[in-house]
Amino acid sequence: MRSLAFPALLAAGVIGIACGGGSSHQNNAITPPGSSANVQAIVVNSGPAGNYANGVFTSVTVCVPSSSTCQTINGVLVDTGSFGLRLLSSAGGGALTMSLPQQNGSNGNPVGECAEFVSGFTWGPVVTADVQIAGEKASAVPVQVIDPSFSSVPQSCKSSGVPEQDTLQQLGANGILGVGPFLQDCGGACTQSGSANPGIYFECASGSCQVAQEALAQQVSNPVGGFATDNNGVIVELPSSLGAAASLSGSLVFGIGTESNNGMGSVTVFPINANGDFTTSYSGQSYPGFIDSGSNALFFLNTAQTSLPSCTNDDSFYCPSSTANLSARDSSGSASATVQFSVANANSLFGNSADFVFGTLAGPNPGTFDWGLPFFFGRNVFTAIESHSTPAGQGPFWAF
Amino acid sequence: MTGSRWLPLGCLLLCSCATFASLGGDESSVQSDAGRMQARSLKTTRSGAFSFHEIQTTAGTAVREYVSPAGIVFAVAWKGPWRPDLQQLLGAHFAEYQTAIQDPNRRPAHGPTTIQVQNLVVQLSGHMRDYSGRAYLTDQLPAAVDLETIH
Repeated sequence: MRSLAFPALLAAGVIGIACGGGSSHQNNAITPPGSSANVQAIVVNSGPAGNYANGVFTSVTVCVPSSSTCQTINGVLVDTGSFGLRLLSSAGGGALTMSLPQQNGSNGNPVGECAEFVSGFTWGPVVTADVQIAGEKASAVPVQVIDPSFSSVPQSCKSSGVPEQDTLQQLGANGILGVGPFLQDCGGACTQSGSANPGIYFECASGSCQVAQEALAQQVSNPVGGFATDNNGVIVELPSSLGAAASLSGSLVFGIGTESNNGMGSVTVFPINANGDFTTSYSGQSYPGFIDSGSNALFFLNTAQTSLPSCTNDDSFYCPSSTANLSARDSSGSASATVQFSVANANSLFGNSADFVFGTLAGPNPGTFDWGLPFFFGRNVFTAIESHSTPAGQGPFWAF
Repeated sequence: MTGSRWLPLGCLLLCSCATFASLGGDESSVQSDAGRMQARSLKTTRSGAFSFHEIQTTAGTAVREYVSPAGIVFAVAWKGPWRPDLQQLLGAHFAEYQTAIQDPNRRPAHGPTTIQVQNLVVQLSGHMRDYSGRAYLTDQLPAAVDLETIH
């Protein structure tokens, strides 16, 4: 962080002036000239806070349902490892300024959510919005507004100790577009009563929140699953980038085998288990593995198995003395593929403060393989949504 | 993990409970951990240099607490759809972990995270709807324990 802090502050100031607010109150989901209605531009760069290493961003338009009152939000993280759209409110330093209708619970009180991520949580109300991306539209989707001023954060939300990512500096984005293989961010557990309910959704009144039972249709949901067309999944398309770079442009394509531009060709299909994983084998051992554009590095195993030392100033990344060329094998059922990858010294990569794209950034992750954003460089990665049909069968699956 | 409903009462109980279970606590405290986490005890396994107790929260997350021959909980690990209450599991070590992971000078984390503070190591893994992780005390590890067995 020390190497990034100063340019990050500068960049945040500049970007805040240039494009912080997005275009407001226009019903214009923009399709760039020459591209298709199911293709949205994405870019890996430092993001709206100017401090994001290996984050891939896009813009999303939200509207009051069935109206032309809309706002386009730039700098939203594209995350195949989560489910549902979350937008950082201006109260947290984000771009969202428009008001969207609050969802109320069975007791008539506003519903809030504590959404858990591996390294943080987001807190704020659940609202309803029409969501437009490229030429696609989903109507009346439950969306989380990340807003630290919404009621008081429940104690259970804080008990994991991870940071509350309710500010632009913490989140590094104006929101998170969760387009992973599941439809809801919680699922059946949050519909339960009593201690079987994990306590993700709350009804809040007078500044105090109680755990709520939240029906599936009310839960914050992957908006792609709600599109009128091209709703069975996404393809993230990014070019190869082995060295460090300032930015990298690509496409988020909606639908799998639904249009002339999203066919599966010769990709291998990897069904996903109930945990959201497949299997990754390394040096003869098998581990749970998953593909996640929202993880900003390849996170796998630890020093004992990889012989890669952690950085002395940040135990979350590897710092080998020279770049290591490695391989692992992904499999699910009868499908398998070998993946070659390289791990460079994270401190060396972060040393150039102009770079935010790192194809060789990696870190430890005991007992697990997390194929983060570097995996997407030079590969078209398909994520098929659960219970939706594709030419290769029903999701959930990954294919590449 | 439904801490929101039991914690206000739990906090009152904790203050008068000498056998509060957690990392660095003693073996007798494991059962109180299960109670406070609304978990049921599954089994106890002895494995060479140590034993581990496995409990499962009613929300479906498995938690293991590893006990050294000296009777100290030297490691905890979890896996399941929801993260367990780490304030409960890390006990007296929660504060130093929380201070470290929330350090504003730390590079913002966007993925699995490893925190090492003196003798405490905490590793957070997984993704939405599937979390795993572990915490251990490097100065309490039994001799010859293989860290790969802590999961």
